[in-house]
Amino acid sequence: MTIDLKTVKHISKLARISLDEKKAEKLATDMNSIFEFIEKLNELNTDNVEPLTSIAETTLRFRDDKITSENIREKILKNSPEKNDDFFVVPKVVE
Amino acid sequence: MSEITSLTLYELIKNIKEKKISSNEAAKSFIDRAEKSKKINAYVTKNFENCLKLSKDFDDKPNFDLKLPGIPIAVKDLFCTNEVRTTAGSNILNNFVPTYESTVTQNIWNEGGILLGKLNCDEFAMGSSNETSFFGNVQNPIAEDLVPGGSSGGSSAALAANLTPVTIGTDTGGSIRQPASFTGTVGLKPTYGSCSRYGIVAFASSLDQAGPMSKDVKDSSILLEVISSFDKKDSTSIDFKRNNYSSELTRNIKGLKIGIPKEYRVDGMPDEIEKLWKKGIEYAKDCGAEIIDISLPHTSYALPTYYIVAPAEASSNLARYDGVKYGLRSSGKNLIDMYEKTRSEGFGEEVKRRVMIGTYVLSSGYYDAYYLKAQKVRQLIKQDFDQAYNKVDAILTPSTPSSAFKIGEKSNDPVSMYLNDIFTVPVNLAGLPGISIPAGVDKNNYPLGLQIIGKPFDEQTVLNIAYSMEEKINYKNNITDWWMK
Repeated sequence: MTIDLKTVKHISKLARISLDEKKAEKLATDMNSIFEFIEKLNELNTDNVEPLTSIAETTLRFRDDKITSENIREKILKNSPEKNDDFFVVPKVVE
Repeated sequence: MSEITSLTLYELIKNIKEKKISSNEAAKSFIDRAEKSKKINAYVTKNFENCLKLSKDFDDKPNFDLKLPGIPIAVKDLFCTNEVRTTAGSNILNNFVPTYESTVTQNIWNEGGILLGKLNCDEFAMGSSNETSFFGNVQNPIAEDLVPGGSSGGSSAALAANLTPVTIGTDTGGSIRQPASFTGTVGLKPTYGSCSRYGIVAFASSLDQAGPMSKDVKDSSILLEVISSFDKKDSTSIDFKRNNYSSELTRNIKGLKIGIPKEYRVDGMPDEIEKLWKKGIEYAKDCGAEIIDISLPHTSYALPTYYIVAPAEASSNLARYDGVKYGLRSSGKNLIDMYEKTRSEGFGEEVKRRVMIGTYVLSSGYYDAYYLKAQKVRQLIKQDFDQAYNKVDAILTPSTPSSAFKIGEKSNDPVSMYLNDIFTVPVNLAGLPGISIPAGVDKNNYPLGLQIIGKPFDEQTVLNIAYSMEEKINYKNNITDWWMK
């Protein structure tokens, strides 16, 4: 199977990474060599194998629904590239 | 007495407790040496002034009951440190200053450790040579223009260059053990769930694990004891009885059964690796261990599995870098354009490659063929180890298929770079503890490591075997401080 330029561009849209033509071509080449290497898994019949989703065989713990950190708005906003007093600021989305 | 910076952690603690060295003197020594070692490029962010102040505070009111009394320590720049910039080696986090502390680093400060600074690493820990870092290559102190391994390359280099007495790294597919092997140092990846992932910049959440890197095995046992803890803030942290790893450390491994997996004898493996492994087997026998041949039949499927699972999880984890809440923002004509430009300018090539692979294998129509398939093969790989551990207590393998390579040698060929992790990746997939110890040198005098893999939660046996073999191997790094000339 080969990944063509059109697929690379579609994936880059899904991944929200803009690519110019040259980078897209380089990525297509890289991805094809990586997938060639990954295809090896098809040698194995895994029809009756349970997928391993978590190595820690525990069920997730419950906790009380209590607030443990209060008044941290300033901390949360501190690293935002654009903010006003109370909110993150993004480019206009509603006309 | 030998120089402060060349002491092991154990020796430094002893000297500080006996008041032969003050915390401030130790801090000054490491900082002086770092100032003369800029060429190594180990540091991304220095915390030197603050470290000097805190070490003085410690000396004014010392507490010698702590496990790391006034010990200056530099850490990989993947651990969030409160009020100290944390970049994960990425442009997208170039200006990120956390307002909270990772559990693992907090455990170190609680026991008296003092932050020296943040160490270079591959971007988001994706790499095996530290060449993907936004902050540039790191020099291996062993020889000029040699990679220090990765992703914890700044950590391994700082340790081998005596810029920190011990350090911590993270290991998703070998990122502690491979750089340790490349620099003649010791690196331990604990069992998944042993050290909290809270506050560690996430790469692949089902594989990531923090661990100690040190000059010898005893030091790793001391640091593991400090950093391993159950943490409610990490939903996959496991509440098990942790040993007092350093006080329970013993060279009595008589009768332990050590397995030798035949599948690790891979095609094209250099003779010197084969010889090193054979030597390792002899050392293990000398220590009283019984050697048993075992089979891990799905070994050759581990890397392809890893290169589906890790990018898939990474693409999901890295979705948070959107230019809104923190990190870099590029301007765009609308919201989507802003996202796309931010991520294009903020991420480096390797990170983009992995996010793209991950997005592809999780995308509609391909999930079953790739991601689900990989999870099933991961099950088979884990079962291989489960079956082996019915017969043996631990497994001995080489750490890497080669010694350190030159900067630039593999950076244009992603697959050949990935092959570096062939012996370390299966351990992450199965969630097991593994250690790399220096065991010899190749024809260029570059270090080579051996890996000891243990049963889940059995770090003590892994450490004990490593401690016993280390004494027999008696490896010494020959570092000439070439970068200071």
